[in-house]
Amino acid sequence: MTLTTLLLLAAALIGIGIYGALSQQSFVMLMMGLELILNGVMLAAVAFWAFSGAGAPEGQLLTIIVMAVMAIEMAMGFALVVAVFRGKQADMTESLTGLKH
Amino acid sequence: MESMNHGLGVDIAFLLLAALAVVTGWRVFRTDSMVRASFFLLVSFIAVGVIMILLAAEYLGVAMFFMMAVEMTVMALFMVMFMMNPAGLNPMNMVHQERIAIGAGVAGFLVLGAMALLAAFPDQPVPAGLEPVRSLGNEMLGDSMLIFESAGLVLLTTMIGVVVLSSHRGRYGAAAEGSMPPGLEPGSDPAGKPEEDEEGEHHHHHHHH
Repeated sequence: MTLTTLLLLAAALIGIGIYGALSQQSFVMLMMGLELILNGVMLAAVAFWAFSGAGAPEGQLLTIIVMAVMAIEMAMGFALVVAVFRGKQADMTESLTGLKH
Repeated sequence: MESMNHGLGVDIAFLLLAALAVVTGWRVFRTDSMVRASFFLLVSFIAVGVIMILLAAEYLGVAMFFMMAVEMTVMALFMVMFMMNPAGLNPMNMVHQERIAIGAGVAGFLVLGAMALLAAFPDQPVPAGLEPVRSLGNEMLGDSMLIFESAGLVLLTTMIGVVVLSSHRGRYGAAAEGSMPPGLEPGSDPAGKPEEDEEGEHHHHHHHH
């Protein structure tokens, strides 16, 4: 377990997340891709804190902030899914062709 | 720090957890059941949380368990409520622009991986006497309190925004006023329940008179 292996793992998670966020048609699956990207970001932040940050507490704080971002992303995402479903009876990105319904 | 000059056991655990995190992360997008997909994602998060604990960031690792367990349960509930195929009874692969997505994912991995391999990051491990949880707590309620509290405020704002977005009635009337659900086939009648809506409006009308 070195900084390099941890960052490679984070890169793999981010790569899979990018694939998911770009390829999935269902809103919730798309959000899972975004979550996976943030998972990699948090791992990289903790890895940097542990191996190159000399124990600076801001490194851990950054991870907490990313967790908050993740919670916000989930909540807003689900609210948008509900709003879109109410208006369009749809859960697919293709069914939204404009910003206004 | 103990975990900095760690033994073979930690290395083996890390390799297994890393493999688990990547494989389950990949399976999220390769399973037919959306509920299963959310639990695969949960396993991936838990594997990363355990790696954080191996790195001596105990608080963050445990926080990850709790947060993700709740988030993924909510996600699974949403899958059951909204998605067409939550149980995976039919084969499902709902993707668009898959080649571009694979290309972007691989490119992202290669660029970030090259940075991990080639960049010379400083070698400054956590000092021996540091207590990670205590230092995080002192930071959150000390120098970085404004940042921490701002995160709380943003979460509150999010809650309000979420309620506004998902409520049936907006400030100026029904949220879906005037909108028609699209037809199941091009040019066909709207799906859903437009007739019911009209009846509901008539009803409303009568009540007013």
